[in-house]
Amino acid sequence: MLSAALRKEALLQWRGLARTLAVLAFGGTALLLFSFAGGPDSGALREQAPGYLWLALLLSSTLALSESFDGEQEQRALEGLLLLPAPAAVLFYGKALANLLQLAALGSGLLPMAVVLYDMPLPRPWTLLGILVLGSAGLAAPGTLYAALSARARARQTLLPLLLFPLVVPVLVACVKATSLSVTGDPMGQLRSWTLLLVCFNAVYWPLCGLLFDRVVES
Amino acid sequence: MTREEKSGRLGGAFLLIGVLLLLFGSYLGLAVAPRERFMGDVQRIMYVHVPTAWNAMLCLTAAFVFAVAYLWKGGWRWDCRLEGALEVGVLLSGLLCVQGSIWARPTWGVWWDWDPRLTTTAVMFFAFLGIIALRSFVDDPAQRATWAAVATIVAYVDVPIVYFSVRWWNSLHQMQSSPATVSPAFYLPLRTNAFGMLFVMAGFITLRARLARRRLAAQLAPPPALTRAAS
Amino acid sequence: MSLRLAPGEALLVAGRNGSGKSTLLRVLATALRPDRGTGAAFGFDLVRERDAVRRHSALLGHQAFTYETLTALENLQVAARFLGRGAGRGDLLPLLEEVGLADRADDVVSTFSAGMRKRLALARVLLQDARLVLLDEPYGTLDPPGFVFVDRLAEAVRRRGATLVMATHLLERGTAHCDQALLLAEGRLAWGGRAADLPRAARAEGLQEC
Repeated sequence: MLSAALRKEALLQWRGLARTLAVLAFGGTALLLFSFAGGPDSGALREQAPGYLWLALLLSSTLALSESFDGEQEQRALEGLLLLPAPAAVLFYGKALANLLQLAALGSGLLPMAVVLYDMPLPRPWTLLGILVLGSAGLAAPGTLYAALSARARARQTLLPLLLFPLVVPVLVACVKATSLSVTGDPMGQLRSWTLLLVCFNAVYWPLCGLLFDRVVES
Repeated sequence: MTREEKSGRLGGAFLLIGVLLLLFGSYLGLAVAPRERFMGDVQRIMYVHVPTAWNAMLCLTAAFVFAVAYLWKGGWRWDCRLEGALEVGVLLSGLLCVQGSIWARPTWGVWWDWDPRLTTTAVMFFAFLGIIALRSFVDDPAQRATWAAVATIVAYVDVPIVYFSVRWWNSLHQMQSSPATVSPAFYLPLRTNAFGMLFVMAGFITLRARLARRRLAAQLAPPPALTRAAS
Repeated sequence: MSLRLAPGEALLVAGRNGSGKSTLLRVLATALRPDRGTGAAFGFDLVRERDAVRRHSALLGHQAFTYETLTALENLQVAARFLGRGAGRGDLLPLLEEVGLADRADDVVSTFSAGMRKRLALARVLLQDARLVLLDEPYGTLDPPGFVFVDRLAEAVRRRGATLVMATHLLERGTAHCDQALLLAEGRLAWGGRAADLPRAARAEGLQEC
């Protein structure tokens, strides 16, 4: 069942590649704008780079997440699958995993732009990739749940970030701190505790959102 | 007496008791309690600030319980109570942020200090404000109730995580503790106001839930054209 | 209203726009949770045993349940994988042929007209092979050759002993497939009886064009 859901998501992602690229371009534009807000002092920009990177990814994520339910809603395809019946939890985890991968890919795409624009050094690229995946997972689980819900409400463009942003404050804080530490060095060994916080957030929200998704999509 | 009247009277009684307690507590806090040695009169804001904090947390916890009860057992009454608790909870968190700012300005010279408790409150204010917005953007009552309950659970579970993340984030900053309230002269106004606030909160939730029930009844009733056709 | 349908029977649901035809069908398909009242399909409760009902029923609704960015064939493949059926090209092309879409199998659904989407949705109902088939205005947006596909589908459903519920405004076509009929007005039952008697009842309700 999960493989059916994953294959469906892979197909949808592949067909929606142009949209993903457009979201990446949006994220790049945001990075460029942040430098006008914080620059042109290159020292200050370098220091703020992790924050700007994650803000750009957070802003892009609301676009990517809400688009991920556009296709489901247009002809009520999601409802059609639920009536087959496909278990709601399976559909949720398929969608959330796809969104996790998409956000991690967006982050990996934004990273080189941040390196170029802000002169951000990359001494530990693999650590950073790990943080990127954990952070994307933290955005993807509640983000998928809230995108499913706001896709069927009025004013959904406002609703999704309004609901999601306060919720993911811990993810943002942990990711920015962890990214800074991986860039500037970690003499006090604090990276571990921020990673732990991200792991805890995911450990709470992946099961919880999977459990609640059924109630969100039933009508 | 109908259930409608009963809840109206109960809410009114709660409000009355609460306001009386608040008046008495404020009198104690402003006039009777001694001046604090280090902070002076500014410290007296604690007599409303701390009770607000306790009750805001209590109110959001109540919202969480109502949300779980709605999803678990169903029943419109839980949704109506959830609506009341959400709005009062947001109101109290908003008040708490304002009081925190007023307190921070003379004490630390800034309006906002990124204190973990105050910052968590601000995050929760926006999180639950979003849920109230969600309620107003969904027309189908059953869907609105379910979604609000889901969002309340998701947001409430976040409270400790936000608190710890902000605390670690701001760990360089020395933790400010509340002024020690040792003597009974400090305790009494604090407790009186805490109970006063509790009764006001319970009264507001009761009355707001009653209003929600009325609106729901109007929304769920068949349109007048239909009833005429049937009779 | 109270309603009982034996396996293998066919029911026609008629009524004006907004009379509750779609709501009734969506409740039977468990796409909509009833506010009041209870129902069961094959002994499974519509609310508590939702998944069991879903395993045995197929709904053709107003929306085609399609992903617009996928091709017709891919849409059927997605559904077939969730149903645990064969999802190869060879398994699914015959279904598309059945509804006259075989030559458009590899075209993206967003290029389809409303009638073609309906045909694809019909192919999906065929794929589900359910014991309870719910068709909500199956003739709507179809061209006259498309009507024939619906007629053939309805006949096939009855031939294999499955139950059919059809909501339609085309009373003559509908009565040809059904034994029982009911007429809804403003969410209530206005008339119920044998399908053959429906046109007369509909005329009395002012529903029949003259």
